[in-house]
Amino acid sequence: MSTWTPEQPIVAIADVHKSFGKVDVLKGVSMDVRKGEVVCIIGPSGSGKSTLLRCVNALVPIDRGSIRVEGQEVHDPAVDKLELRKKVGMVFQQYNLFPHKTALENIMMAPVMVLKRPKAEVEAQARQLMRKVRLDGKEDAYPGELSGGQQQRVAIARSLAMQPDVMLFDEVTAALDPETVKEVLVTIRELAEDGMTCMIVTHEMGFAREIGDEIYFTDRGVIVEHGPPATFFTEARDPRTRAFLSQIL
Amino acid sequence: MSGRVFAMLRPVAAPVSAEGGFRAALFTPTALVFACIAFASLVVAGEAWAQLRAAGPKPGLLETLWKWTPLLLIGPPREFGGFALNIAVSFLAMAIGTAFGVVLGLGQISIHAPVRRVCWLVTQFFRNSPWLVLLFFVMLLIPFQIRIGGTAIPLPAWLKATFGLSLPVMANVSEIVRGAVNSIPSGQWESAESLAFGRLQTLWRIILPQCVKRMIPPWMNWYAILTMSTPLISIVGVNDAMTLAQDALAAEQRSELLMPMYAMLLLFFFVYCYPIARWTIRLERRYAVKI
Ligand SMILES: Nc1ncnc2c1ncn2[C@@H]1O[C@H](COP(=O)(O)OP(=O)(O)OP(=O)(O)O)[C@@H](O)[C@H]1O
Ligand SMILES: [Mg+2]
Repeated sequence: MSTWTPEQPIVAIADVHKSFGKVDVLKGVSMDVRKGEVVCIIGPSGSGKSTLLRCVNALVPIDRGSIRVEGQEVHDPAVDKLELRKKVGMVFQQYNLFPHKTALENIMMAPVMVLKRPKAEVEAQARQLMRKVRLDGKEDAYPGELSGGQQQRVAIARSLAMQPDVMLFDEVTAALDPETVKEVLVTIRELAEDGMTCMIVTHEMGFAREIGDEIYFTDRGVIVEHGPPATFFTEARDPRTRAFLSQIL
Repeated sequence: MSGRVFAMLRPVAAPVSAEGGFRAALFTPTALVFACIAFASLVVAGEAWAQLRAAGPKPGLLETLWKWTPLLLIGPPREFGGFALNIAVSFLAMAIGTAFGVVLGLGQISIHAPVRRVCWLVTQFFRNSPWLVLLFFVMLLIPFQIRIGGTAIPLPAWLKATFGLSLPVMANVSEIVRGAVNSIPSGQWESAESLAFGRLQTLWRIILPQCVKRMIPPWMNWYAILTMSTPLISIVGVNDAMTLAQDALAAEQRSELLMPMYAMLLLFFFVYCYPIARWTIRLERRYAVKI
């Protein structure tokens, strides 16, 4: 399937199963994400949301099923996982910035060392990304000197520097103070408005409703139901979805 | 060699001439400091002893110790030995042990299970072996010379002893490396991987640079332990400070000299190792707050 065209789903997840030892974490998950689409995944803790995102960029191998990114099977042993990860960026709950490097160096490292792009060009791009996430002036700060929200925005800029086609966000605001949540959400919204394909795991229902093109609700390793936010939040059919939404809204 | 092995058990005929020991030119400032402190602290006890014994024609204790000090510090004339040899052996054994230890430690976190297991086994074996037995074993294992092409390269006893001491250092450095790498949160690996860094690149560019600071204090600690263990090499016939102290005692044949002589030796090591210990603690504190 090297004949992928932008009309086809950029991420095609079909009947994915994954277990850790005896724990079945994903039990037949399917989902299509079109180019430029913003998909929000919600669900109770432990339902397998993080695991699903990790499977998409091959951080975690799957047991059964198929995940294709731009038509390429992610879990085909012949596929170069590093090539795949150049197309799929991921941002984590705990930021995971490299503490021994400045904000700018964090952003520049992968393009210079992995993509082998010229340093001057990468630096110009990195400075532009710092402006984009509204952190100009903090280029030389170390992660330890930045607030959680600022670190998370550097982490987003670091992923964007690889010029990915798909961005995965795993509860990127869950570790933040309420005041700093907004600045990160604004950054993601701008990204989505620029047409970036995003898969967002979040507990921020207001945000999901505002930004999402499609909302997926997962529970115990399956997708219970999904739909566009306009109908999903008001006309949820499944009692599990309704129970979850009533708890959280 | 075997003659020297038992040297400590029987009196040795004085092999060193006393006059040859004093070479002011070779006195480094550090060595002078060592000597001064050694004498300052021995002065009280030493003087009392000396006065008690001064009745005879023998020179005073302090005078005698002073006479032997150059020998103990830098060895007999035209030969490398004494405390300086202990330090040299400690440097070399640390360098060898660190080089092999880093390789072994990285082997312990290899993704290839056989490599991991072998490195783990080697590490555990040498970590849990008595240093003295290892020393004897290596002395017997390594020939006294090796042939490369047509030329025979002699391997002096002190060099073989250095290899022997580097083995436990290697094993402990291996554990330091493994521990430091494992102490880095897994999120660092994950985010590096998601940025398409390969495993080796992640290790060299992201994980190990963060480990260095954590590794320095325990590494320095092992250096101090190694230095304090260097007198072990006296048992395999090397002219280190310990051997020379015993030679000096054998030459003097004065029982009242035993304790002061060994006290002086202890002081050499204390003056050298204590600052390292303090420095280690300082670094430990500094790095503890940083990361
Ligand atoms: N590496 C692993 N080894 C073993 N079990 C794991 C591993 N990763 C996840 N799990 C288990 O898989 C289940 C789903 O985990 P996952 O992190 O995907 O849930 P989640 O939906 O992201 O939850 P949360 O909202 O708390 O982040 C949990 O029961 C977790 O304990
Ligand atoms: Mg999660």
